[in-house]
Amino acid sequence: MTDDSLDFPSRRRALGCLAYGGAGTLFVLAGGVFTPLDLAAAAADADRTARLGRPLFVQLSDTHIGFNKEANPDVDATLTRAIDLVNAMPEAPALLIHTGDITHLSRPAEFDHAQQLFSRINAGEMHTVPGEHDTSDATVSEYYSHFGKSSNNKGYYSFDHAGVHFIALVNVLQFKPGGLGTLGSDQLEWVEDDLKGRSASTPIVVFAHMPLWSVYEPWGWGTGDAPQLMAYLRRFGSVTVLNGHIHQIVQKVEGHVTFHTARSTAYPQPAAGVGEGPGPLKVPADQLAGALGISTVSLVKHPRTLALADRTLA
Amino acid sequence: MNLKMFLAAGILAASLCAASNGAGAAEATIQVSAKNFMFTPGSVTVKAGTTVTWVNLDEEPHTVLSDAGLFRSSALDTQERFSFKFDKAGTYRYLCTIHPRMLGTVVVE
Repeated sequence: MTDDSLDFPSRRRALGCLAYGGAGTLFVLAGGVFTPLDLAAAAADADRTARLGRPLFVQLSDTHIGFNKEANPDVDATLTRAIDLVNAMPEAPALLIHTGDITHLSRPAEFDHAQQLFSRINAGEMHTVPGEHDTSDATVSEYYSHFGKSSNNKGYYSFDHAGVHFIALVNVLQFKPGGLGTLGSDQLEWVEDDLKGRSASTPIVVFAHMPLWSVYEPWGWGTGDAPQLMAYLRRFGSVTVLNGHIHQIVQKVEGHVTFHTARSTAYPQPAAGVGEGPGPLKVPADQLAGALGISTVSLVKHPRTLALADRTLA
Repeated sequence: MNLKMFLAAGILAASLCAASNGAGAAEATIQVSAKNFMFTPGSVTVKAGTTVTWVNLDEEPHTVLSDAGLFRSSALDTQERFSFKFDKAGTYRYLCTIHPRMLGTVVVE
């Protein structure tokens, strides 16, 4: 993470949250640019939230239902805590976006249980993309049988809400030796078609599981053919790119494009390159909630922008 | 004999059985270690007809996917195993779909 990548107050707040632990990010659309808001702050400071816009969606990620190892023996409890935070928001978000690794081992019982837990969330539609932990069954079918309806079982799709165009992408199916995620030519062609004819002033939100920019290639924290995707998005005035996968917040802004990875609700992972690999990071039990979180995005009308906030589960 | 002892005896018998099979039918075991995110050994050479067994010794799950689509395991949790019998000579490359920088090779002679 680079500290000089963003000079917004919300950025400093996000870093402050990281020090306490993790819970989620709220996204606010303000003036065509998404800005993250601290979810705890959003709940505690309704005035500020109103100033920044109405909650558009909440991003949950890496819930890893089924994980039961030392790094977090009770992932149900931490997801429930995250859901309680969403349900305590002054205004229910219209959308809930899950950026993958819903389950730990792609087992039917894990997907069933996750759906049961999600059913408590007080939000509008739920949208998901699969993580590599959701597609690790031998037939790669369980994710689709539980969450494939929105995309006609393709996994990738787009939709519109409140004047914002959302694009859900899958980058965990065509792994290349070496580890980076891949979108593949079929999906890239579909994105190109999907964006054709859209006004450059339409705010765009793109979400996928693995980072769509190079965070740390030795650990596969990137997507090999993402530059082609970014070429299609370059003409748009407000692009927000959201991912999970790395279980920590990393953010950067490049021109009109904001890249943001969300925390997990299950367990943290080490910072890029620290230790032997990107496995579950064990932290003292009293620090776990502070290392987990959710994100929220709100829509700000004047100027038309998206504002993004992170909050921990502490 | 209490139940625990009975089970322990059963496991011992099974491993003895596997060992004796090894002499005749050739059996190789490749261990998957996620402590350093590597298949160990990364390359193994076996005779045609050999069954190779992967066992995950890490807390992270791993999978085994043949790049030619010949075999694909489900996610293996800690201590779970996956086996595949190699009948034909050739070089078979595979990776873990969860950590695709984990690569391995089985050479069948």
